Amino acid sequence: MSRWVAHVHRLSGVALAFFLPLHFWALGNALQLDSFLAWTQQPLVKLGEWAIVVALAAHFGGGLRVLALEFLPLLDWQKSLAAVAAAVTLAVGLALALAL
Amino acid sequence: MTQTVLWLAQRVTAAILAVCVAVHLATIIYAVQGGLTAAEILGRTRGSTSWLVFYSVFVAAAAIHAPIGLRTVLGEWLKWRGIWREVFLVFFACALLWFGLQAVIGVFA
Amino acid sequence: MRVLVKRSSAVQEFEVPRHPSQTVLDVVTYIQRKLDPTLAYRYACRVGMCGSCAMTVNGVPRWTCRTHVDKVAHDDSLQIGPLKNLPVIRDLVTDMREFFNKWARAKGQFEGARTRHDDFEEISPETRNREAVDAGIECIGCAVCYSACDVVAANPAYLGPAALNRAWTLLNDVREKENSERLRAVAGDAGCHACHTHMDCTERCPKHLSPTAAIAGLKRATAKAALKGEL
Repeated sequence: MSRWVAHVHRLSGVALAFFLPLHFWALGNALQLDSFLAWTQQPLVKLGEWAIVVALAAHFGGGLRVLALEFLPLLDWQKSLAAVAAAVTLAVGLALALAL
Repeated sequence: MTQTVLWLAQRVTAAILAVCVAVHLATIIYAVQGGLTAAEILGRTRGSTSWLVFYSVFVAAAAIHAPIGLRTVLGEWLKWRGIWREVFLVFFACALLWFGLQAVIGVFA
Repeated sequence: MRVLVKRSSAVQEFEVPRHPSQTVLDVVTYIQRKLDPTLAYRYACRVGMCGSCAMTVNGVPRWTCRTHVDKVAHDDSLQIGPLKNLPVIRDLVTDMREFFNKWARAKGQFEGARTRHDDFEEISPETRNREAVDAGIECIGCAVCYSACDVVAANPAYLGPAALNRAWTLLNDVREKENSERLRAVAGDAGCHACHTHMDCTERCPKHLSPTAAIAGLKRATAKAALKGEL
C-alpha cells in the first residue's frame, strides 16, 4: 500500500513540475486576454485542469504522509491511512467543486 | 553534507507549501464560482500587498521544492547524476522563480 | 502441487505432494532430496531463528521455514526463487557479501569507550534512547528487507534498510564512543536520504522491525548535526 502512495506521490510531483512553468506563463496571458480565458472553457482543457488539481491533492496528501513518517513518532500504519484519507478527501472535494 | 541540507530544505519548503497549497486551493475554488473574467480577477488582486507577499513566498518555496524532488527522479529513473544534472536543476529553479515572480507582479502589483 | 523453481539455468517445474502444516522449506528440501539432488539452497536452524532460508516466494521475500504452504500456494502452485537485489551464486543461493559490506560501511559495528577495568554503564530500559535501540536490535541480518527494497534495486550504492537500522541502534547506544563518523557514513545519496518511505522493509521484516522508523530517525539526526555544523 505504502509503495503505491509513494509512486503516486512521485508521478504527481513530476506532473506538477511540468505543469508549474506553464501555469506561470498562462497566468500572464490569461489576464491580458479574455479570449485566452474563453479557450480554457474547452472540455479538454477543463479535464486537464481537474487532473492537475487531483495531482496537487495527491502530492499534498502523500507529502503529509512523508512528513508524518519522518517527524512524528506515530504507529506506521496509521500514518499511511491518515495521509491517504487526506488526499482522497481533498481530491474529491476539489473535483466536485471545480465541476460546479 | 549537501544531501542533508537538500533534504532539510525539501522538508521545510514542503511544510510551507502545505499551508500555501491549502490556502491557494480554497481561494481558487471560491474565486471560480460563477465564471471567470480577466477584469474580475484583476479587480480583486491588483494592489493587494498581503497577497503579493503570500504568493511570492509560495513561488520561492516551489522554486526550491520542485528541483530537489526532480533531482531524485532524474537520478533514479533516468540514471542522470553528476554536475550537469545540478546545473540543469539550478537553471530550472531560476526559471520557476523568474516566471513565477513575473506572474505574481503581473497579478498583484 | 506445481512448484516452479527459478534456477541458474532456467525455471524448472516439479510436482510435489502436499501435506498439512507443510512449509516452503519442506517443499525445497523434498525437491532436493527426492527429485533433483543438483538443486542448491541454503538453510540452517529451520525454526525461524537464523534467517538463512530466506527466498523469494511468489514474488515476495520470506523465511521459507516460517511460510506455510497453505498460506501461499493459491491454485495449488508455488513460485520459488533466490532473494532479489543480491548476486546469485547458484540456483536459490545468493552472495550475501555486499549486504554485509554495506553494514560495515554504515558503521554497523559497536565501539565502546569503557574497558573491562571500568565499571558497568547503567542503562535504564525506559530511556528514550534505549527504547529506540530495543525497537531495532533484534535484527539477525537475513536480508529480507534488503531484498524487498525498491531503492536498493534502483540505486546500487544504497546502504539498505538493515545496515541503516543497525546504524540507528548504535547511534542511540549511550556507550558508543564516536557517533559523528557514523552520521557522516549514513548521510547522503547512498545513505538514509535515499529512502523514500515505500515501507516494503517494514512490511516484510519477519521480526516485525521498522527500518523505516530507524531511517527517519537517521534523517532527523543528520539534519540536526548539519544545522549545528557537526556533519
